[in-house]
Amino acid sequence: MNFKHKYFFLFPGLFVLIGILIFPIIFVVRLSLSGWNSYNPGLDYIGLENYIRLFTDDPRFWESFFRLSFLSVTTVILQYVIGFALAHMVWKDIKFKRFFRVLFLVPMMTTPVIMTVIWRTFFHESLGPVNDLLSVFGVAPKWLTDPVIAKFTVIIVEVWQWTPFMFLLLLAGLLSLPKEPFLAAAIDGASPVRKFIYVTFPLMAPISIGAIIIRLIEASKIMDTVYVLTSGGPGTSTETSSFYIFIKGLREFQMGYAASMSFTYLIIMIISLTIIAKVLTKVLLKD
Amino acid sequence: MKTCLTALISSLMIFSPMAYADKWSDQFPHIKATGDIPGDCSYEKMSKKNYKGKTLKINTHAIPVMGEPTALHAEQFEKLTGAKVEVTHTPAGDLYSKAMVPFQAGQAPYDVVFGFSNFINDWKRYLAPVPKKYMNSPEMKDVTKSHMGVSSWDGTMYQYPVDGDRHYLKYRKDVIDNPEMQKKYKADTGNELRVPRTWKEYAQMAKYFNDWDWDGDGEKEYGSAEVMKKDDLMFAAFFSRSVAYAKNPRTPGGFFFDLETMKPNINNPGFVEALTDWVEATKYVPPGGTNFGLGDEIGSFGGGQTLFSFSWDDAFIAAMQDDSPIKNKVGAAPLPGADRVWNRVSNSWENQYNQAPYIVWGWAVGVAKKSKVKDMAFDYLCFFSNGANHQADLAIGRFGVNPFKNSDFDPNIYINSMGWDPEIANSYTQTLLDMEKSNNRVFPLRVPGVFEFTSAVATGTSKALAGQLSPQEALDEVAKEWEAIVSRVGKKAVQDAYAVGVKMEDNKL
Repeated sequence: MNFKHKYFFLFPGLFVLIGILIFPIIFVVRLSLSGWNSYNPGLDYIGLENYIRLFTDDPRFWESFFRLSFLSVTTVILQYVIGFALAHMVWKDIKFKRFFRVLFLVPMMTTPVIMTVIWRTFFHESLGPVNDLLSVFGVAPKWLTDPVIAKFTVIIVEVWQWTPFMFLLLLAGLLSLPKEPFLAAAIDGASPVRKFIYVTFPLMAPISIGAIIIRLIEASKIMDTVYVLTSGGPGTSTETSSFYIFIKGLREFQMGYAASMSFTYLIIMIISLTIIAKVLTKVLLKD
Repeated sequence: MKTCLTALISSLMIFSPMAYADKWSDQFPHIKATGDIPGDCSYEKMSKKNYKGKTLKINTHAIPVMGEPTALHAEQFEKLTGAKVEVTHTPAGDLYSKAMVPFQAGQAPYDVVFGFSNFINDWKRYLAPVPKKYMNSPEMKDVTKSHMGVSSWDGTMYQYPVDGDRHYLKYRKDVIDNPEMQKKYKADTGNELRVPRTWKEYAQMAKYFNDWDWDGDGEKEYGSAEVMKKDDLMFAAFFSRSVAYAKNPRTPGGFFFDLETMKPNINNPGFVEALTDWVEATKYVPPGGTNFGLGDEIGSFGGGQTLFSFSWDDAFIAAMQDDSPIKNKVGAAPLPGADRVWNRVSNSWENQYNQAPYIVWGWAVGVAKKSKVKDMAFDYLCFFSNGANHQADLAIGRFGVNPFKNSDFDPNIYINSMGWDPEIANSYTQTLLDMEKSNNRVFPLRVPGVFEFTSAVATGTSKALAGQLSPQEALDEVAKEWEAIVSRVGKKAVQDAYAVGVKMEDNKL
């Protein structure tokens, strides 16, 4: 029989794929080879000029990239630890289990920009309630105006907002684990700690890798928190790659240059996340 | 004759301390203080237009600053003309790109676009010039020379004047003019407590009045509220502090660049001195003050938290509103000056007092060249700024509408309509008027790619404020970036555009 007509049914999917994935990437690459900006709009061709500028004359991009790496790795580690602890807690038969499961998901369901505005108000150093409370103990951290503390403020907000996502994935993982290994461990008289180290954690490794990678991808796009909370400041101390690309592209309107940064960033992320996934698989799935 | 008559009627209405009732103020309570004021775009005139079936699309700022009056006047315009007006509100940082992206794509999703006056160079090719009939109207003839210049490019007006902006000093009059405080300050510091003439005096007083409860309200007050948050208009605050040290009336030919060579002046000792002062200022702002945007500054000074502030009118107007705890306790004065000014030609300091007003960029609005309802769009803008609306808008701090007409400098407007203390109203209008008359003014940078230049200043100065770089290192970095931008944009393009601004600064336009 001739099944050539089956290819006809592939066209809609292929068309959508080209329209929403392939075309934008190709357009970004083409844009990155142009000098499109506010005073010279249009897809002229300037070769690799933008890439040369990026690799030889823009330390700010690389600084923002390393800052992003620090912020995303730190936030994801914290989200994983806290998310795992919370998921483990409500996995057990505890009172108000359903209530806590819903409660822990609330931060994720709020709008990030609105919540960041609220966090900014909390951390406001002269009008916010956090320093008001801390003043009882004689301390008043400079949450948003100290270059080091501001990084941790961003981390706090990110962890609060996205730990529920990690919690959700890990809870789903815990609920899908087979019961037999836990029964065997119980018969052997394993303590809760040993049960966690030798049974729960290894069984959760594949799910953990998936959750960490998904969160790393999301965390590496951190933009709204920085935009609302600190605008990348003080100085450039909380500026991340995506915020920097936003400034160059939509504030300064250097569309061509911003496209070259976006494409470079995409390549770097693909490579680094592939390496991270391999390393995690090797470490966590060694047995 | 027509102008005289309009002025006479307007004056009668302004000087009347009571609400003015007419058929229009009954329908539109916003103008209850004056009623309709005759003019080419008055309520009466607009009610005779028929735009039924037509839609006007406007992109404006978020509510309240400029966004609220845009929406309010759109609603009034709809009722008067039968038009349908769709208003989109956009955050300040995105106003430029929201219009620029469709402009560059050859589209006009908005007929009227609000932005800042320093967008003019990048936007002018996409905007329709203001037609002659509006240019010749009595209302337009009333616009100050400075603001006609700010709205125009080489003699052609592209932006319809709806707002006038400049930076000036705001201070707590109840402290600075208080004899007891003056005595105490003299005893403690050996100096006179007075409206600061220089930035050094400003710093001394701000430090002295920092971190203690000097107004007896049970809460600590601080020295100064300033816009220091990166990318939140901080570059304008830096220029306000720089003009005293770096705008030398004896060296015409460019404040930001040397017009002849296009070499940036931004890292010369004048600017470095200003940035050094600004770094020092981080010690006398309220906690978190180095992260203050414009809204925080308005709230801080307007709420009575600081002794000083400087920037746009909004903080002053907020402080003078009826609901303010410090109404009639604040004063306006020119920006502080300096005891020495840098001479970029002789490369040396001149030890003499210098003060320079900064006619900063402000709200501006244009009509898209590709709009299909240009007549209606210009009528809307003309209506927006007609006499009655303008005076009512001036009284509401959150609207962000500030004086830009010669008739706005009459103190009686503020005394009679807004209940200001006559002495404060006089100092306010005199301060604004003196800026108009000054021959040593600085106008905003209006060159192609202006955002790249100002963004570089914001990044550099914020690094200095955060202690990441010294003032000299930070401004050297800015100068290097400015040179790179000039080279990318093209020296001639920047030079030609900059020459227009320099002509205004050198009083040749």
